[in-house]
Amino acid sequence: MMGRDLLGIEDLERADIERILETAERMQEVGLRDVKKVPTLRGRTIVNLFFESSTRTRTSFEIAGKRLSADVVNFSPSSSSLKKEESILDTARVLDAMAPDAVVVRHAVAGVPKRIADVLGAPVINAGDGAHEHPTQALLDLLTVLQEKGRIDGLTVAIVGDILHSRVARSNIYAFTKLGAEVRVAAPPTMIPAAVETLGVKAFASLREALDGADVVMMLRIQRERLAGAYVPSIREYSATFGLDRTKLRYAKDDAIVMHPGPVNRGVEIAHDLADGRPSVILDQVRNGVALRMAVLYLLAGRRSPAQEG
Amino acid sequence: MDRVLIRGGRVLDPAGERDEIADVLLEGGRIAAVGPHLEAVGAAVVEAAGRWVAPGFVDLHAHLREPGQEYKEDIASGGRAAVAGGFTAVACMANTQPANDDPSVTDYVLDRARQDSPARVYPIAAATKGLAGEVMTEMAALVRAGAVGFSDDGKTIMDGGVMRRVLEYSRLVDAPVIVHAEDRTLVRDGVVNEGPVSTRLGLPGNPAVAEAVHVARDLLLAELTGAHLHVAHVSTAAAVELIRRARERGIHVTAEVTPHHLTLTDEETLGYDTNTKVAPPLRSAADMQACRRALADGTLDAVATDHAPHAVHEKEVEFTAAPPGLIGLETALAVVLDLVRAGEIAPLELVRRLSSNPARILRRPGGSLAPGTVADLVLVDPELRWTYEPTKGWSKSRNSPWAGRTLQGRAVATWVEGRLVYDVERGVLAP
Repeated sequence: MMGRDLLGIEDLERADIERILETAERMQEVGLRDVKKVPTLRGRTIVNLFFESSTRTRTSFEIAGKRLSADVVNFSPSSSSLKKEESILDTARVLDAMAPDAVVVRHAVAGVPKRIADVLGAPVINAGDGAHEHPTQALLDLLTVLQEKGRIDGLTVAIVGDILHSRVARSNIYAFTKLGAEVRVAAPPTMIPAAVETLGVKAFASLREALDGADVVMMLRIQRERLAGAYVPSIREYSATFGLDRTKLRYAKDDAIVMHPGPVNRGVEIAHDLADGRPSVILDQVRNGVALRMAVLYLLAGRRSPAQEG
Repeated sequence: MDRVLIRGGRVLDPAGERDEIADVLLEGGRIAAVGPHLEAVGAAVVEAAGRWVAPGFVDLHAHLREPGQEYKEDIASGGRAAVAGGFTAVACMANTQPANDDPSVTDYVLDRARQDSPARVYPIAAATKGLAGEVMTEMAALVRAGAVGFSDDGKTIMDGGVMRRVLEYSRLVDAPVIVHAEDRTLVRDGVVNEGPVSTRLGLPGNPAVAEAVHVARDLLLAELTGAHLHVAHVSTAAAVELIRRARERGIHVTAEVTPHHLTLTDEETLGYDTNTKVAPPLRSAADMQACRRALADGTLDAVATDHAPHAVHEKEVEFTAAPPGLIGLETALAVVLDLVRAGEIAPLELVRRLSSNPARILRRPGGSLAPGTVADLVLVDPELRWTYEPTKGWSKSRNSPWAGRTLQGRAVATWVEGRLVYDVERGVLAP
């Protein structure tokens, strides 16, 4: 049973995931209306606590909250504890005193949403923490694949790129394996985390082998500073071996779809023409992101506290 | 109260190879007699049935933070935490502010200890000036001032040429060079043991090989120079194996292990509790088991706490930004008694690794209950159950992974030079 917070997919049961996805499918209808607003969370306050800037994710949560009539407040403390006086937990205590109904947390370091949830009365939704998890991204990816393929069970999903530093990869590994898919990861060996097989996936150093028979090809955004020689020798070598283009996509199934959490480095991890339109579903992912986040906010921020029940 | 008779306890004397029920008589700050049914007219009597009577513990590795970071700990509070944990002597690391790289700092530490610490304090001086890993310190002058060993601790000397000269020069003063063995070029930004746990947490991994590589280098340098190398807080099976083989080859190496590396694994970090962040990191279960076996078979000579106090606000930050370290003086005994209860080590052998072995490594007296020796000793209740609350402890800091846990076994009385300095009912009594 889903807890008070959404900190990671690792903590969820299959039934929790299915419930979120079903709720998201109902929320999609709101986005198609002339007046894209329902009163569900009227009078509730949602705080977007973003220590790391992310215009896309923050905007997606903001739109989701507003479509549910919540009051959405953006709070962006300047980066880390290293650079300012107040500790992360002091920031959380200050916020708690303002009595929000849900707090959406984004931070460049793994574990911060969990530590904040430990001191906060309100539910915490992890909007991405370091290389740990990005649960709403994985849930919207599940929703997108479900709509494309009609199922998750039995599919083969290949995740390609910097798995070591990717929260999207970790959340998607948990999400797809929990719903019965076979997940493969492909990257240069320097970008595969230690003991990755303990997550229930198989690692490939060959893009061709990883894509063989895949239904879904998920490309990860590569951070350019990691291409400067520490993990791979150059952008050129990375693109040549792990970048996806239409030729390499032929290794996958004929009806394979291509996904990317964005923002896309065109010409690095994915060829220019492959990022736009079929078989790419990148904009469907963005569209589904709003509905999925509405579902999560509804399920967590919509709960009435015992005090409110009176 | 000059004469004290400790009656009917289990006397554990590693120097005398004694493990038997006996009485111990203290007189004039020294041990006057040990034996069955001692007569001591007029002596104060301490009933010790069911308890252990052991030489006071000697901690090879603590951070007392004075001078410079007294908000974390000072010599008075650290000394109190020590005797409350059964330690009658504590060796303190040189990474103070200023660093203990000059005889004036060593003098200051010893002066403060004489005034305010119920436990003996043995300063470990820096191996290089400013802990910068470049220019060696004035070892002869530091030893004359009272330094017992040399270490840059967490500021590991990465320059092999400097380390070779430090080891060579240390032969002049007959003191150990203590190494925090982690190759920083392999650790990089690692904060948690590299493996399944670092992968799940999404935190940068610190590979076990970073320790083993550095231990291998320093063992070869110890062999080259003939110096005494002491490896601090061994945490990996690979380092244990290297030390075992080096000792078989006759290299002068000793080694310590912490209570946390003997009983906790990296899985403690799964909740991102920064009080589980320590250097070297908590390792895998296989590494922990290797350390336990090595302590039992003597490859690891001593238990040392690496007591490292940090203020609450310093730990309430991102896991990557938190300073590594945990406090351990008050919990060490209870934690390592787990090895006795598991049948992995005999009580006498555990006491040896807490007292006579660390004293021998530092060339200091201790670890003996022979008549005539200075009466530094501890009375242990190995069964006593108690809940550890750092806020009620003697350290100024609270950064402990055992906070709130029920532990078993505790020092119930501690004597330094025949004087009762700690009693579990009354607390720290002196100075």
